Amino acid sequence: MATQREREPLLEVEHLMMQFGGLVAINDLSFSARRGDITAIIGPNGAGKTTVFNCITGFYKPSSGRILLSSEGSATPSDIDVLTRSGRRSMAAAAGRIYLLERMPDFEIASQAKVARTFQNIRLFTGMTVLENLIVAQHNTLMRASGWTVLGMFGAGSYYRAEARAVDLARYWLDRIGLLDRADVAAGDLPYGDQRRLEIARAMCTEPVLLCLDEPAAGLNPRESATLNALLKSIQSEHKTSILLIEHDMSVVMEISDHVVVLEYGTKISDGPPSYVRNDPKVVAAYLGVEDDEVALAGVGIAP
Amino acid sequence: MEYFFQQLINGMTLGSIYGLIAIGYTMVFGIIGMVNFAHGDVFMVSAFIALIFFLFLTQVLGFGSLVLALLVVLLLGMALTSLWAWTIERLAYRPLSGSFRLAPLISAIGMSIFLMNLVQVAQGPRNKPVPPMLNDIIVLRDGANYAVTLSYKQILIIVTTTVLLIAFSFLVQRTALGRAQRACEQDRRMASLLGIDVDRTVSLTFVIGAALAAVAGLLYMVHYGVVNFADGFVPGVKAFTAAVLGGIGSLPGAVIGGLLIGLIETFWSAYFSIDYKDVATFCVLAITLIFLPSGLLGRPEVEKV
Repeated sequence: MATQREREPLLEVEHLMMQFGGLVAINDLSFSARRGDITAIIGPNGAGKTTVFNCITGFYKPSSGRILLSSEGSATPSDIDVLTRSGRRSMAAAAGRIYLLERMPDFEIASQAKVARTFQNIRLFTGMTVLENLIVAQHNTLMRASGWTVLGMFGAGSYYRAEARAVDLARYWLDRIGLLDRADVAAGDLPYGDQRRLEIARAMCTEPVLLCLDEPAAGLNPRESATLNALLKSIQSEHKTSILLIEHDMSVVMEISDHVVVLEYGTKISDGPPSYVRNDPKVVAAYLGVEDDEVALAGVGIAP
Repeated sequence: MEYFFQQLINGMTLGSIYGLIAIGYTMVFGIIGMVNFAHGDVFMVSAFIALIFFLFLTQVLGFGSLVLALLVVLLLGMALTSLWAWTIERLAYRPLSGSFRLAPLISAIGMSIFLMNLVQVAQGPRNKPVPPMLNDIIVLRDGANYAVTLSYKQILIIVTTTVLLIAFSFLVQRTALGRAQRACEQDRRMASLLGIDVDRTVSLTFVIGAALAAVAGLLYMVHYGVVNFADGFVPGVKAFTAAVLGGIGSLPGAVIGGLLIGLIETFWSAYFSIDYKDVATFCVLAITLIFLPSGLLGRPEVEKV
């Protein structure tokens, strides 16, 4: 079981608000994802799940609210307060660096706060080989080792060693997803299920503290889905990576997640362990709808 | 036959210069999907930078060694031209990156006119000459009434281009920066979510393109011996034609396109009419766009539905 230290919040979303013109996509959403957990965000289509991801990973600038990431340990309220007032993007607190993601551009969220993500529709670099896709993900390490390209061009040994390490890490992940023998194939030529897993491997090559997966099981057959579950479970248990997951496939959500947040129309309607959420009448109503007479009765304040 | 071989050598020399400029067009197009029309004028500015430093070193400081002088001019020219391109990208293109597609293109045309006029005002409208250099020739084959020759100039141009292209393809294929460039070409948003600073990568792309154009500028000055403020336009558009012919976005395509354009122009001048050489070159542009819109090595754009 997870230790006490692992149960500290890693990501704390507070009063997040996202408006597009007059449309409120996310309305006053607060939740947290704990370190070492697999946290699932579920909800009917259009509930704002992907918008939450876009806010966390810096593609959208939230209209208001705070997204705090504590890379190690938990930040004290006073630390958070100091950082929020300072106007800076991150600071070193007693328990490790803390980041305010809503203030950071997307590439810094990836390279400094160490948040990685995948998309609903696969976005591999299809023209590059499988191995290159995984090495691109280690760009910043390699860029530093190559002395911003200058040393790399002149063949410095340190660059070759860094590159060898990058290839080792890439091969480790290829082995984990069972694609080691296809390392030199163009990524676009892989079958769909392999591309899905390669995307996760590429995200893991950035060595993230938080991995955000947007519907990783979409379009997978039941066998591939089971392999995915096993992969995510093993990432959770063997690496210091916590997972935030958007998923429609309830067999995946209920089986692997430790914590579920349910959204509907941009607001949170339920939050808790899978067993609790599954039986929450509000969740059942959001997914299955309620009978007309129940709505009518609820409307006049009489419980059915 | 001798005449043919001589034209082949001349064409390759000219084509090398076009190829170096064409890489700048094709790289920028690949990464931000914009034709940088100011690139030809950056090339012209670099030729002036080369001219000024060359004259300063040889006439004022009295550098004895021509090779050393050219090397110093090359390095200074690459550095300064890169700085120009970096500034242009910062001032004229980046603020428009979120705008509609044509905005940076129009800004590039404006920048082109600006640079041309700036140099005209600052350096005067007349041709600026440098003393002739590297005029020794090697006679490769002495025919009955025509000798095939290779001048030191031509050797310098072809060798410099070859060495640079090898270094450059190593940069793109094997370094982290090159991989980041290719990643940004394919999917800029995904690249930035993997921690790649896309803005910086785009800046560096402009800088690398300009550094290659600076080499072309120096070689152009050595080859023709004169530089003029309007010299950016026609070579620039020809290099753009080369990039389109090779398949815009493709780096080997740019080099092959450059060589082909150089050869077409030279052979047309040699066998048909020198007055119509530009007509011939630009007919190639029209024919390519009609019959082979993705160029020789370009990938056809496939829209997934």
